[in-house]
Amino acid sequence: MQENLHRFFRAARGAGVHVSPAESIDAMRAVASVGVADRTVLRDSLLLTLAKSEDEKKALGACFDLFFAHVDPAQAEASDEAQDAASNEAQAAPPSGQPSDADTSAELGPLAQMLLAQNTADVSAAIANASSAVGLSEIRYFTQRGLYSSRMLETMGIQRLRDDLDRLTETNPGLAERLQAGLDGLRDTVRDAVAQALALYGREETENLRHEILRNAQLSRIEPRQVEAMRALIRQIARRLRERYSKPRKRQRRGHLDVRRTLRRNAAWGSVPFLTAWKRKHRDRPKIVALCDVSGSVARVSDFFLLLIHSLHDVVSDVRSFAFSGHLIEVSEILEQKPAEEAMAEIMHKVGFGSSDYGSSLVDFEKQFMASVTPQTTVIVLGDARSNKLDPRADILKAISERAKRVVWLNPEGRVTWGWGDSEMPRYQTFCNVVRPCATAQQLERAVSDIVSAYQ
Amino acid sequence: MADSPAPSSAIASITAVEAGLAAQGYIASRQIATAVYLSQAIDKPILVEGPAGVGKTELAKAIAAWRGLKMIRLQCYEGLDEAKALYEWKYAKQLLYTQILKDKLGEVLGGAQTLHAALGQLHDFGDVFFSKEFVEPRPLLQALLEPDGCVLLIDEIDKSDAEFESLLLEILSDFQVTIPELGSIAAAKPPTVILTSNSERNLGDALKRRCLHLHIGFPEQKLEERIVESRVPGISQTLRRQLVAFIHDIRTLDLKKQPSVSETIDWARVLVLLQSAELGHEVVKDTLNVLLKYESDIEVALPQVTTFVAKAQRQNIFG
Repeated sequence: MQENLHRFFRAARGAGVHVSPAESIDAMRAVASVGVADRTVLRDSLLLTLAKSEDEKKALGACFDLFFAHVDPAQAEASDEAQDAASNEAQAAPPSGQPSDADTSAELGPLAQMLLAQNTADVSAAIANASSAVGLSEIRYFTQRGLYSSRMLETMGIQRLRDDLDRLTETNPGLAERLQAGLDGLRDTVRDAVAQALALYGREETENLRHEILRNAQLSRIEPRQVEAMRALIRQIARRLRERYSKPRKRQRRGHLDVRRTLRRNAAWGSVPFLTAWKRKHRDRPKIVALCDVSGSVARVSDFFLLLIHSLHDVVSDVRSFAFSGHLIEVSEILEQKPAEEAMAEIMHKVGFGSSDYGSSLVDFEKQFMASVTPQTTVIVLGDARSNKLDPRADILKAISERAKRVVWLNPEGRVTWGWGDSEMPRYQTFCNVVRPCATAQQLERAVSDIVSAYQ
Repeated sequence: MADSPAPSSAIASITAVEAGLAAQGYIASRQIATAVYLSQAIDKPILVEGPAGVGKTELAKAIAAWRGLKMIRLQCYEGLDEAKALYEWKYAKQLLYTQILKDKLGEVLGGAQTLHAALGQLHDFGDVFFSKEFVEPRPLLQALLEPDGCVLLIDEIDKSDAEFESLLLEILSDFQVTIPELGSIAAAKPPTVILTSNSERNLGDALKRRCLHLHIGFPEQKLEERIVESRVPGISQTLRRQLVAFIHDIRTLDLKKQPSVSETIDWARVLVLLQSAELGHEVVKDTLNVLLKYESDIEVALPQVTTFVAKAQRQNIFG
């Protein structure tokens, strides 16, 4: 049972539930005290000890059903006995229905006998034994499926079965046909067992690999079917940033003695300073104004960037975002109120798909929203700075940078191409505190992390 | 209460938990009973999450009543700190005592010849003023000092600051607190700890790791009927069934605040008071404000009332 539980923990990790060693010990103790006889109680106990949120409970519940659909703890032990009993039986009394086969089947290998007897309990026990013999729970990638299937069949004695089959085809074609059918069935069962094992144990590795690829993929070029996965990844990044930056820092508590507050607080005992009060350094949470180009290839990067910025509620106190291509509008409300996909569709409908004009978009911003830029604000511009040979109006960016705390420009293009063709990057660059390329999820995370940490 | 076991005895089984809580008028689902049983079996606090009014706080009260233990409640709020939750030094008492004992101190110190000797003597009884007599125990420390054990309810932990969570960690995992001047104080008998949260903010992983995590959602129809039956004794079976069916329909609407179990019970009481034998459009429309707490929700629900009531009445025929 302990072995089964250990494998279950591994499967749970694959399903995205964080099972720490301490939690697995708790789960063990819980299972020891409730027993394994009642499956619903077992399920409840594992859910209580391992899953720590609503989502995790759902994932773990599904994982439990998948896992114990295969290995029923009570049955697994019983089937060992059944196997012994069955093998004794097979030796003592060969299948009585067909006496003509009796002589031939006595010469067959154990696997062939098992298949002919059509004892499903025996077969599944044999598969279970074979899977532990080849270490099926070590399976990681889907490419290993064939390897594990053939190894399992070998362990179960398929070589002997083939010999038997060859011999039987000559001597007893009818029986050979039945055996062949049994073998096909066995192949299917083994393949299913391996597929299930992959679903249980392989998920973790596969996910990691996919995440790694996704993190370094060009945001503007990912395929539509990956968009959802990328959104999930962005949410994960947002969570990580939140955890890192939402906690108050120690620095806030240091400072000089606040005499006034100390005296007032200790008035109760004649101003003898039992309790001290310290002056606190007031520290702002980041205020962010984001200007995002939503034309052409930059659109997708902007999409993910806006999603990231707007999921940082705990860390960032105030975000105002603007989208532009030919002209500029404020999109904060759309993003706050609607789910990611709808919001982006609406923004695109309003301003997207035009040819970008940085000059007039900056003019729009100066006219309507300049007041939103304060000395505490970080202004982030996300765009490729390709303005179709129109006037870039770098003077407005200069005005913004004089008002703001910092101006950060994130460019989805690589540094090499800046300044080539209609790129106005060199002219804008002079008025930015930081300029960095930002094409992948990883670069996006670093950029945002740097912006937030500048306030810490 | 008659068959409530002695406070010290261990719980026998999950069904015993169900029966015990039911005797206190708390109808627990299998999951809740399992959680309570496990928390005893492996000495773990339970972290209960779920929407408001599904009986999170009630659970702690029911356990306390069933086990015959004292319940100590700590209501969390923003700005709750060590001094209000754990312990505090009685400054005034310390000050008063030093004043009263001034002469005595003078006498004792008077014997010393040099400043060093006086200081040495002062060190010898300096700890007197930081002893147990001057500690004011707050809920958490009280729970540990309770000789027979108790039920400690830490209510709405999500309302407190993140720092407060860290303060709880020592108590939750080892059932002890450390007071620098006195050392560690371990629990006489580990209390049953119930933490509740409305998921207003995400709790830290460290806290979650130390607890059994129980999510109480809205109960199923059958269970809710049993809850109403136990809480509102005078209600007829017909009305009970219709009422619960109606509320389950209401919960499918897109509302600002879904009516939870406590609202169901309140509403059932109101209907019993109004002496209605079964659900009718007029009665429902008049009393909808018991169920729904926002004007906008009532507006959403009103057009649906007729359909839902008809549906609930049909339910009764076939159910």
